[in-house]
Formats: sequence, structure tokens, C-alpha cells
Amino acid sequence: MADTPIRTVPSPGLWRRARSLPLVPIGVLLTVFIIPAFFAEWIAPHDPYVPNLKARLQPPVFFGGTWEFAMGTDRLGRDILSRILHGAWYVLAVSMIGIAVGVVVGTTLGLVAGYVRGWFDGLVMRLVDISLALPAMLLALALAAALGASFLSVVIVVGFALWAYFARQVRAEVLLLRKSDFVARSLVAGSSHARILFRHILPNVTNTIVVLATLQVGIAIMLDASLSFLGIGIPRPTPTWGLLVSDGRDFIATDWWISFFPGLAILLTVLSANMLGDWLRDRLDPRQRQI
Amino acid sequence: MLRFLSLRLASSLFALLIITLIVFLLSHLSGSPVDALLPDDASQEQIDAFVRDWGLDKPLWRQYLTFLGNALQGDFGTSLKWPGEDAMGFVLDRMPATLNLGGLAILISVVIALPLGVAAAVYKSSPIDSGAQIFALLGQSMPNFWLGIILIWVFSVWLGWLPTSGMGTIAHAVLPAIAIAWFQISALARLTRSAMLEVLDAEYIKLARVKGVPEWKVVWKHALRNAAVVPLTYFGILAASILTGSVVIETVYSWPGMGWVAIEAIRGRDFPVVQAVIIAYAVIYMISTLVVDLLYVLVDPRIRHG
Repeated sequence: MADTPIRTVPSPGLWRRARSLPLVPIGVLLTVFIIPAFFAEWIAPHDPYVPNLKARLQPPVFFGGTWEFAMGTDRLGRDILSRILHGAWYVLAVSMIGIAVGVVVGTTLGLVAGYVRGWFDGLVMRLVDISLALPAMLLALALAAALGASFLSVVIVVGFALWAYFARQVRAEVLLLRKSDFVARSLVAGSSHARILFRHILPNVTNTIVVLATLQVGIAIMLDASLSFLGIGIPRPTPTWGLLVSDGRDFIATDWWISFFPGLAILLTVLSANMLGDWLRDRLDPRQRQI
Repeated sequence: MLRFLSLRLASSLFALLIITLIVFLLSHLSGSPVDALLPDDASQEQIDAFVRDWGLDKPLWRQYLTFLGNALQGDFGTSLKWPGEDAMGFVLDRMPATLNLGGLAILISVVIALPLGVAAAVYKSSPIDSGAQIFALLGQSMPNFWLGIILIWVFSVWLGWLPTSGMGTIAHAVLPAIAIAWFQISALARLTRSAMLEVLDAEYIKLARVKGVPEWKVVWKHALRNAAVVPLTYFGILAASILTGSVVIETVYSWPGMGWVAIEAIRGRDFPVVQAVIIAYAVIYMISTLVVDLLYVLVDPRIRHG
């Protein structure tokens, strides 16, 4: 994604590396997503939960509103901007923990399956096939109906949607790595299988995992937003972004800002995460390019 | 080829079996199915009859077999939210609405994405190409439910061209179909572009040009035909994504299909209908991926004879 200008003078290494960083996506990600997630308490101008009936349905600034409520207010007079800022934490938590679940489960199974082969490998790959063949939405529906929607159910759905990609990719790389010289030499040197797997092979697949995980951030956020939009994500009153969009759904004709700004936050976050993922992939693991 | 197909069929059926197992176990995880499947004010006789019919006094694996047997006959019990409705029958009644919408979405995405991808490849690094890439990047990052709402805002509220929600004429289906198709358009266009770029470099394309075949024929007949295999492999994922999209978009547009039923049923804690919807979705999905594999075999001779 990073554009490559024609360089006439060789620039010093650090400067060049800094310049080729995708600064715009990183900046957007920080302002819209990460800083709000950790500092919403202090940044948000208003309380995201307490209704303020005197300030109901204020339009955003430049559309007849004031800077007091820069993105307008909802039907209960709650500040949209403050709700978006406070929602960022939940979006971040769900996507990060969900991805972490996917990474841990997928990497462990992929590592072991690729290394020991045999029936365990067959079993894991069968599970991968099934998992890839099952739209995560179906599991989300079943979970929501059986257990009720919760933070945990969303994390399970996100983890379930992603683990198979990690397992498949890691296994494929382990299959190549296990034949390499350094594995044979460590075996001769008396390393245990566990040591070889986690101290020697794992570091060699970290790049792949990091790239894949970054590329999954957008997917995880989108999945979380869809679930909370449908009312089967983290339950009310938590102002997750999908829920904020759904709050304004029936009022789009008159009070468009209720849905518009939370959706814009999702769009900007997912867009920058995807761009960052693409950049990282080109940098660390160009082989994955065709995927 | 027969071997390939029977293997595929077997693995589809196996995946379906796993889904029934998940659905079954989840209905037990949530406590007794009596609570989940019967209304709160059920009489003791009703409960006894239910326990007998579903064999709830038997061990779990026997119960699963009973569930599976009933499911095979399409019997998922009766709806709680829509009294008197047979759960599966109710879902099947809604299926045409979902299939129509999904079909229209697929049609829209192919009709837009293929020419876009081809044009981006033929005019590589031109404004068309960069435009298509920006479109693809945006399309993959835009939440479809938000796009759906924005489309209502622009085309129904501002311009007044199309109805806001509900089902009826073809005009009702346009906005939801576009909202579902949006994401697929960007993914399909990108795939078509990279596949075309590869093919356009091939020797037989050069030969066709040397022979004096008109350029449009080279692109649309010789090249696209060979490049089309790659987007076709994506259709399996496309089916899943349209399925997911339909759940979300049907809710946005109050389109009375299976997705809308699923969400309404979850809100009403109508477990029989939820089970029926999930199984019905899974069956549709399995069939569509099977069809894609079949098409793939037909298009690519290497697999046919491999």
C-alpha cells in the first residue's frame, strides 16, 4: 500500500524506514480506535450513558448544531461522540481477545499437527475444513439463542471464525521447516521435541502469524460490529459501534447523524487496519501476497 | 471425477452432521430443553408429553439420535413465537425470499465485478485501475449494515426513488441486493484483475494477437475464459458471505426472509425456529459449495481428468 517515490539520493536507513511507514493508516487507527479505547474516560466530553433530555436530537456541528455536541445527540440526548469514544474499548477488547483465542488455538494445533503428522494431523485438518466450511454467523446465531449474547459469546465466535486460518497456514510452514537442517541438528544435539517445536520452529513462523493476525483485525471488528448491530453481540447498554449504528436505523430520514458517525468509525478503523495489514504483509511475508 | 465428487459429498454431509451436533449440544447447554423449547406456562401434561416425544429421559447420545431422526424428517417442533407454525415449515416458507435476494446479489456482483476487474487489468495503472482498487479497498472495509442504512438515506429518503423497506416489487429488492453485493464486488473484482493480469501475459494470448484476433475478442474470449477459474474458486466463500450478509441486510430492510426470521426468533427465544433456520442455512450453504465444486470440475479439465 505504501507508495514508493523515485529516490535519487540514498536516504539514511532509519529515516527511510520511518518514511515508508504507512503513517496515515497508523494515525487514523490511533485517533479513531486505540487512543479512545484507553483514554475515553478523559477525552469524552460527556457521559455516554446518562440521558440528557434537554439536549435531545441535537444536530452535529456545521449542520445546525454546536461544538458542545460535535456529532450530535441521540433520542435520549446522549452525546454521539462520547458514545463512540467509549465504545472503542469494547470493540478493541472483543477483536483483540477473539484474535488471541484464534492465534493460540490455531497456532498450537497447526504446530503440533504439522510436526507429529499421523492421525492427529488428519483430525486437525478435518476440523479446519469443517470450521472453514461453517459460516461464523451460524454459530453466532446458535450461541445467542442458546446462551444469550454476551462478551464471551462474541469472543468465542470471533475465535472460531479465525483459528482455522492460523492452523492451516502454520501447519503448512511447519511441514517445510521440520525437514530443515536446524531441526535435524537440534535433534542430534539432544533437544526434546517440545523444545524444537517451541524454541526453534515457532520463532520461524512468527512473521506469518503476525501478518495473518493483522489482516484479521478488520474481519474481527466487522464481525463484532455485525453481531452487535443484530443485537446478538455485547448486550445493552454497552455502546459498541454496531449497536450505535442500529440505534439510529429507524431515524435515518430525520436524524441521520445517529447512525452515520458510528458507522464512519467502523469504516475508518477497518480500512486503516486492512491497509496496515497489507503493508506488513509486503514487508514481512511477501509470499502470502496471493492470498 | 466420481471419486472426487463422492468425497466432497461425504465431507459436506459430515460437516452437516457436526452442525446438527453443535445445535443439539447448545440446546442442552442452555439448561433443560424443556425450558428452552416449551413456553414458560406449559402444563405438566405438555411437559410429560414433550419429555416422552423427545426421549429426554434417555441418555444423551440416544437423545441426539432422536433429534437427528426428527431433523431428517424436517421435524423441529412447533414455533413458540408464531404459535401453531411448524418450525421448519415456517422457515421453508421464507426461503424463497432469501434465495431471490441472494440470487439478485450474486447477479449484481458478477455483472459489475467481472467487467471492472477485466478493465482494471487491461488498463493496468490507469485511472480505471486505481479507481477500481480504491473501490475494492473501500468495499472491503465498509460495514454492510451501515451501507444499507446510507443507501436508504440517499435513495429512499433524499431522492425518493426506491422504497425504504419491506418486500413486494423488484424495486424493493434493489437496495438490499446492492448492500449485500457491495463487499463481493470488491473481492471479485480484485480476484478477476489479478487472474487476468496473469493470463494476459501467457503465450497463447500473444499468439492470438499475432494471428490478428481483434483485441476485444482476445480479452473477453481467450483471456477471460481462462482467468474465470480463479474467481470461480471464490464462489464458495461468496456463498458464505452472502448468507451472512442476508442475515444482516434482511434485518436492515425488514425483508421477510430466513435471516429476518432468525433474528426475530432469537429475540423471542424461539429455539425450535432458530434450530430450523440454522440447519436450513447450512443445507443451502453445503449445496451451493457442492455446485461450485461441480462447476469448477466442469470448467477446469485438469481436475476433471486428474
